[in-house]
Amino acid sequence: MKTCLIVDDSKVIRKVARHILETLEFSVDEAGDGKEALEHCEASMPDVVLLDWNMPVMSGMEFLKLLRQRGHSDQPKVVFCTTENDMAHIRAALEAGADEYVMKPFDRETLHIKLQLVGVA
Amino acid sequence: MEISDSSSRILAGLLEARTGQQLTLNRRWRLETALNHLLRERGIASIDELITILVMGKEPSLAGRVVEALLNNETYFFRDRAPFDTLARSALPALAQKRAATKRLRIWSAGCSTGQEPYSLAMMFAEEPLKWQGWTIDILGTDVSEAAVQRARAGVYTQFEVQRGLGIAQMIKWFEETPDGWRAAEGLRRPVRFQVHNLLEAPPHPGGFDIVLCRNVLLYLNTEMRERAFERLSSAMVPDGWLMLGAGETVIGQTRKLTADKETRGLYILAGQAEQADRQVA
Repeated sequence: MKTCLIVDDSKVIRKVARHILETLEFSVDEAGDGKEALEHCEASMPDVVLLDWNMPVMSGMEFLKLLRQRGHSDQPKVVFCTTENDMAHIRAALEAGADEYVMKPFDRETLHIKLQLVGVA
Repeated sequence: MEISDSSSRILAGLLEARTGQQLTLNRRWRLETALNHLLRERGIASIDELITILVMGKEPSLAGRVVEALLNNETYFFRDRAPFDTLARSALPALAQKRAATKRLRIWSAGCSTGQEPYSLAMMFAEEPLKWQGWTIDILGTDVSEAAVQRARAGVYTQFEVQRGLGIAQMIKWFEETPDGWRAAEGLRRPVRFQVHNLLEAPPHPGGFDIVLCRNVLLYLNTEMRERAFERLSSAMVPDGWLMLGAGETVIGQTRKLTADKETRGLYILAGQAEQADRQVA
């Protein structure tokens, strides 16, 4: 079973995403900000991270840059999942090492295809 | 809102008369959702009141709007992925060889809804510019819904629609952000054209399609209508052309005009062609 870490400060979004991911047979963990997510990755690296952009303590972008800098051999796929929906944000995310990008709102089909495209579903 | 059986039957009859499509069970339970917007827009209190207006013929244009609302326009880019892989792996390389002299390909996306399938096909060609350089690629998208065809022609999608089925790199390469939404790039729009068309009528002029895609449409037709649709589709194909259906749809037991392509799973060829190929092998 593949593992997914949902990183989002909204409990509602985490709940919705968890439901979708569990129907796609992922084992799911949650983090409320980038710092918490980084600690989780140090302890146990997931196959994929579903990452919000704007969060307290540490943003999604800061988390992604730190994660990629650490150069672990088992780097997870990172799918940004955010309300930031303009071209500048999308390009910045891809340059920082994101593998895919989902703009909220999204549905199960959209997320499933994105996870297939990065090779984890 | 309770919908009476008689109202449901009248709506089913209207849909079938205008499009040949049946009001299948999965459409019946969503009647209310499908018609809600129209009811609010026209200030009609219930579906039964709507039926009264329709039956009395007070607003002739209303019937068309009801039919539009009942049609299922569900689609997304590269829907189901596997069929597009099949085309990329089998049909297109074969056609690239067979049509090398004329360098012309005609593709018909029948029942294309709001255009995502034709634009997905256009993307496949646009992403291999060297391979298809000098070719005339003609992709025709048709749908029975006028509203869907208008949207397809506009080629502008909401944020929700544009990311359904597309990877982010593909999305930013082929769509530009505009105040109205995400607009398909010129390179996608050039080979694609759209027209309103009912599958049960004569195929679009001039026919002679190398590939016909008709996915997730025939399931809404009854046996007799489906047979007629297969006749129409097969008459639109060139002798060595292919038909592609939706997952779970088949020609087996539905028509004698077409048969499964033994070489490529998921594609169908004209029955006469299969016999000819068998004779050549023998």
